[in-house]
Amino acid sequence: MKVLEEGVGPLFMDPDPDKARVFFREKSRAMVDKRTTVKQAVEEFVHDGDYLAIGGFGANRIPNAIVHEIVRQRRKGLGLLGHTSTHDFQVLCAGKVFDRLDSAYIVGLEARGLSRNARRYMESGEVQVTEWSNYALAVRLKAAAEGVSFGVIRCMLGTDTFKMSAGKEVECPFTGKKFLAVPALWPDVAAIHVHEADMYGNSVIRGISVADLELARASKRLIITTERLVHNSVIRDDPTITSIPFYLVDAVVEVSYGSYPGNMPYLYFSDEEHLALWLKVEKDPEEFEKFLDHYIYSVPDFQEYLVRCGGLKRIEELQRLENVVNGPDCA
Amino acid sequence: MAPEYNMMELMICVASRYLENGKTVAVGTGAPCAAAMLAQKMDAPDLVVLFEAGGVAPMLPKMPISVGDSSTFYRAVMAAGMSEMMTTCARGQVDYAFLGGAQIDKFGNINSTCIGDYHKPKVRFPGSGGANDFASLCWRTMIMTVHEKARFVEKCDFITSPGFLGGDGGREKAGLPEGGPYKIITDLAVMGFDDETHAMMIESLHPGVDVDKVQSVTGFELLVPSDIGRTGLPTEEELRILREEVDPLRLVIGRA
Repeated sequence: MKVLEEGVGPLFMDPDPDKARVFFREKSRAMVDKRTTVKQAVEEFVHDGDYLAIGGFGANRIPNAIVHEIVRQRRKGLGLLGHTSTHDFQVLCAGKVFDRLDSAYIVGLEARGLSRNARRYMESGEVQVTEWSNYALAVRLKAAAEGVSFGVIRCMLGTDTFKMSAGKEVECPFTGKKFLAVPALWPDVAAIHVHEADMYGNSVIRGISVADLELARASKRLIITTERLVHNSVIRDDPTITSIPFYLVDAVVEVSYGSYPGNMPYLYFSDEEHLALWLKVEKDPEEFEKFLDHYIYSVPDFQEYLVRCGGLKRIEELQRLENVVNGPDCA
Repeated sequence: MAPEYNMMELMICVASRYLENGKTVAVGTGAPCAAAMLAQKMDAPDLVVLFEAGGVAPMLPKMPISVGDSSTFYRAVMAAGMSEMMTTCARGQVDYAFLGGAQIDKFGNINSTCIGDYHKPKVRFPGSGGANDFASLCWRTMIMTVHEKARFVEKCDFITSPGFLGGDGGREKAGLPEGGPYKIITDLAVMGFDDETHAMMIESLHPGVDVDKVQSVTGFELLVPSDIGRTGLPTEEELRILREEVDPLRLVIGRA
């Protein structure tokens, strides 16, 4: 295959599938109890310098307890997959935990606006960045999941997004047409929040999967946080809805309301007031430091964060809001 | 007497009329979503709405705040993922997509990545997200935006998503499939693109707006055909549906 042009962005991870196979050969397939705590999961599976990926869609079905814990444990020098990342990215920027980034969507919270602190961090020059599109990153994960070294897409061609990527324009051996080859990406560790999982890690996601099915299969280590821990027999009652099997999973943590302040489909809506507060306090760096101390550094765990955000009373309001969309209250 | 309306309402009504029945449209949050919802309630009940995070043909109960929030797949026919959406675009099954950005040039190329030098940006924006994918792979892309000189620029600081790139033949040369920018709907006018040069041209002017006004807030020379039309005003029925059914909380159309 002829390479026609190359992006100049740094390639952070080795796309060699045989090295990945050597890793996956050794990864345990034992169906054993993988339940642990958020604190232990991060201590054991997220190390300084690792390449990290976060599941969900920014402020929808995010493993926010893990994201907070990574900041609380003050991880440093991480690589990060900036794929559909919004509030999760904002929190990780607050902790300055990463210094290299594959970026498709960063610093924004969609219709809510831009994160001032995330912008400051990205404009500081402290982070090495490579540009991609959302689909390009999904395909990089898909290639990894398939055990091949690259995927082929027809996006990014002709743009600066391509120039600042680590993709390569190639000529199709069949048609002679131009395509973009994007390198497989095996993150060191990923965290995904799901609706139900058993203690072995068999997981059920309700609603859209975003790119989590690819991510679960590409990641070398995988932490599952789940709204509800269920018995293995519940999984076996309807295996058609299992989308992440146990042999991909390293840790399982039950974290009810674990996507807060993000939306969890069918359970609770996003806390727009709290997300707006994040965006507001970021404007003043001193205020923001106090805010972070109050909500992350000085709390022992995510449960205490929930309490400080209004606890069950607030959660019940968000459950009602979600029911307006997805439940019996819907007109 | 013609009904009263604000500019956002006008833009949404105009955009909605381009969305044909039985076609597919990839939308984001805000005005594009309102336009698609309005089209469905007017002349395009079988318009299929897609969201990049995986929602297929939802019965939108309200305006989404995220393209991945639960309303984007409320009573949908499928809750899929990003690959399903983008492969559908790549196969040629997505007719329209709405895009946005900080800068747009005369060939409809879009910048949503940064202002200033890429390595030392004055302002860092989100980047492509799914925009480059839609701009590369959908048949017709549209933009709804305010018309400002800082936005309509001779040259984008960074081309995040492709329009017609350098003009005629630009997409083909780059390896992109046929497609590209279709309409730019602003608070002053509707712009299209010349069939041959693919440069931006004025198609219709909104009430009280003339060519000089549009040109004065555009950072490049717009093509001005001799048969410029007047933008069709929002009808009473469009406004009623938009205000009562599409956006009753006035999140997008505002409280003006």
